[in-house]
Amino acid sequence: MPPQLKRLIPLFVVFIGLFLIVRHLLIPDSFGQYGHYRGIALEEIASKEMNVANKAMCVDCHYEVQEIIENDVHADLSCIICHGAGLEHVDNPEAGNIQKIGTRELCGSCHELNPARPMDIIFQVDLSTHNPEFENCSDCHHPHQVWEGIQ
Amino acid sequence: MAAAGTLLLTSAVKPFQMLLIASEQPPEEGPWWGIGIDITKCIGCGMCARGCKMENDVPDEPFYFRTWVEQYTILNNGEVLIESPNGSIDGFSQPVAEEEIFKTFFVPKLCNHCAKSPCTQVCPVGATFESPDGVALIDEKYCIGCAYCVQACPYGCRYIHPEKKVADKCTLCYHRLKQGIDPVCMEICPTKARIYGDLKDRDGELVKFLRDHDYQVLKPHLNTGSKLFYNALTAEIS
Repeated sequence: MPPQLKRLIPLFVVFIGLFLIVRHLLIPDSFGQYGHYRGIALEEIASKEMNVANKAMCVDCHYEVQEIIENDVHADLSCIICHGAGLEHVDNPEAGNIQKIGTRELCGSCHELNPARPMDIIFQVDLSTHNPEFENCSDCHHPHQVWEGIQ
Repeated sequence: MAAAGTLLLTSAVKPFQMLLIASEQPPEEGPWWGIGIDITKCIGCGMCARGCKMENDVPDEPFYFRTWVEQYTILNNGEVLIESPNGSIDGFSQPVAEEEIFKTFFVPKLCNHCAKSPCTQVCPVGATFESPDGVALIDEKYCIGCAYCVQACPYGCRYIHPEKKVADKCTLCYHRLKQGIDPVCMEICPTKARIYGDLKDRDGELVKFLRDHDYQVLKPHLNTGSKLFYNALTAEIS
């Protein structure tokens, strides 16, 4: 065997061996479990905290509101659209973070007149000319019974 | 003979399928998540973008979005105007006079959770991936913030989080999905323009949506295997 090989082969073996050891130490254990990523990441992502509730959670306690709203045009809406995230309230009903506002800004996000909104999907008004003497939509329209008692 | 050959070939290829075809496959067990959006139902209220920001700690600045809505205005002369003021959170205005408008509508957008996603292919460290149930996710602890994936996504769904300094994007509310709760954007949409479901479930809502409508994906020529199917997607939308 030529002397070059006698020197180089052990050197290669040592360096490749060192590389494999360092690689083994550095790569996380769950890497490659499902694919080219850390398998634990799936559980980490799945265990993130929720911040927003959903309609089922609200109706669990507030079933009487559901009964009132069932016959209204807003029946299929999720409570969180108008009332906010609400998860703190689900955990602790004394806590705040439930908003009850009927402002033109909130109602207008859906009901402001816009040519891109089909009239048959959503009823719209031009909020700048619609009864400007009343500040909020909820002054006349109760959001759970929108058409009740309108003059 | 040919059948036997094919069987042998496909069984031999199976372990290397991901490498050769560069595509994720639906799992044998468990859901394969997809999304459906009905453009005819979107009213551009911006609740999806707002709800998403509340749920997922998305920065409030107007250029960080996991989902957003665009308003397309096609004028009589054929010009197409596209607007997305703060992703639809602040509402839309229509500066063009109604006589000049030929057609106008809203298009919600989010991560397409592609089966052959360019974004997961380019990650140099393996920090972004498609989960076994078909949701493209980011491993925040592993991401180095190089933004290669942000550049690679053809739909513009990703961004670098200004505080965490890693890539971020829609996760289809994976933490809610795993508990059987709807993603916030789907829950909050007042017209149910956005739906999601299991593409393997032939009786499910999403497959029914695909059967009942003429569906299309964004940028089909890029062959990303997008699992976000639109109803009424037209040529001007990209």
